[in-house]
Amino acid sequence: MKLFGFFSRGQSAPAARERLQVLLAHERASTGDIDLVNKLRDEILKAISKHMQVDDEKVSIKMERGAQVSTLAVDIEIPFDAGKKAA
Amino acid sequence: MGKVIVVTSGKGGVGKTTSSAALGAALAQNGEKVVVVDFDVGLRNLDLVMGAERRVVYDLVNVIQGEAKLTQALIRDKRVETLYLLPASQTRDKDNLTPEGVEKVIAALKSAFDWVICDSPAGIERGATLAMRHADIAIVVTNPEVSSVRDSDRIIGLLDSKTLKAENGERIEKHLLLTRYDANRAERGDMLKVDDVLEILSIPLLGIIPESMDVLRASNVGAPVTLADGRSAPALAYFEATRRLKGEDLPVTIPGEKRSFLGKIFGRKAA
Ligand SMILES: Nc1ncnc2c1ncn2[C@@H]1O[C@H](COP(=O)(O)OP(=O)(O)OP(=O)(O)O)[C@@H](O)[C@H]1O
Ligand SMILES: [Mg+2]
Repeated sequence: MKLFGFFSRGQSAPAARERLQVLLAHERASTGDIDLVNKLRDEILKAISKHMQVDDEKVSIKMERGAQVSTLAVDIEIPFDAGKKAA
Repeated sequence: MGKVIVVTSGKGGVGKTTSSAALGAALAQNGEKVVVVDFDVGLRNLDLVMGAERRVVYDLVNVIQGEAKLTQALIRDKRVETLYLLPASQTRDKDNLTPEGVEKVIAALKSAFDWVICDSPAGIERGATLAMRHADIAIVVTNPEVSSVRDSDRIIGLLDSKTLKAENGERIEKHLLLTRYDANRAERGDMLKVDDVLEILSIPLLGIIPESMDVLRASNVGAPVTLADGRSAPALAYFEATRRLKGEDLPVTIPGEKRSFLGKIFGRKAA
C-alpha cells in the first residue's frame, strides 16, 4: 500500500494535501446531488431488485474514490432460485 | 457483549477524535474487535483521521433511516483487520439521529464487537447526549486549561444524569484523559497541574497524552497515531491508557517528569 511509504519518515504534509484534494473534489461535486458514484450505486441496486428479491445482507458495496478514477465494487450473492421468486 | 465507550468533552478541539481513533486502533492492535462510531453528524472527521475517507459508502444516518444495512456501512481498516469504522453523515444534520435509531445500532454493534467507541461531537446538545446515551464507560477528554476543565465538569454532570445507566440508578464508569499536555509549559508553571485538574474533576486518570508533532503527522497520513508510529510518545501513552481501560493498575508518568506518580491520585475513586 502506498500510504506506508509515508510512515517511514520525510514530510507528511504532501500526503495531507493530496488526500484533501481528492476528498474535497468529491465532496464539492456531490453537494448538487450529482455524485456519480452514489448515483450508480443506487441505480444498480434498483436494477437488481427488479429481477430478484435483494437481501441487503448479501449485497456488499465498496468504493474507493481516487483523483483520476474511482472504483465501485458491488458484490451480490444470487441464490439459485432467485429468478423464480421475483416477478 | 461488548462494552460501549463514549469519548466526550464538552469543549471542541481538545482531542476527542484523535483519541477515539488512537484508542480504538490500540485495542484492535491487541486483537480485540473494535468499531469506532462517528457521532459528529454534519462535520465528520474520524474517517479522515483513520484514512478511510475515500471508502465511505454509507453512514450512520443511512443505517438509522433504513437506507442501508449496518454491515454495508461498516468500513474495515486496511491495516488492522479487527478495526472498523462507522462514519457519520457529512450532508445531513443531527436531527436525523433518532434515539430509537441510535439504540438499535448500538445494540447491534455491542453484540458483534468487543468495544464500541463513540466519538462525540463537541457541545452539550443532542449529538453529544445521544453519543453518551448508551455508554458503559465515559472517557472525558480534557486539556490542562481553564475552559476545557470547566466544560468537562459540565459533561460529567450530564454523564451522571442523562445516560441510560444514570437513569437506571447505576454508576457510569468515568475516566479522565488529559491530552495536549505540554511539558515545557508545565515546567514554566503556565499550565494547570495534573493534580489540580484531578482534584477539581475528581475522576480517575486514564492517561496523559503529550502535545506532539507525531499526532499532526499521523493525521496528515490518515493513520491513528498508534499505527502511524507506535513508538512515538503519544502512541505509547495511548497504549498505556488502553491497558488501564482493561483494568491494569499501571502508574501514570507525567510527561517531562521522571518521577512516576500513582498512589492517591490514580487510585482515587470518583466522589
Ligand atoms: N496530543 C496532541 N498533540 C498535538 N496535537 C493534537 C494532539 N491531540 C489533538 N491534536 C490536534 O488538535 C486538533 C483537534 O483534535 P481533534 O479533532 O481530535 O479534537 P476533537 O475534540 O475531536 O474536536 P471537535 O470537538 O471539533 O470534534 C487536531 O488538529 C489534532 O491534530
Ligand atoms: Mg472530533
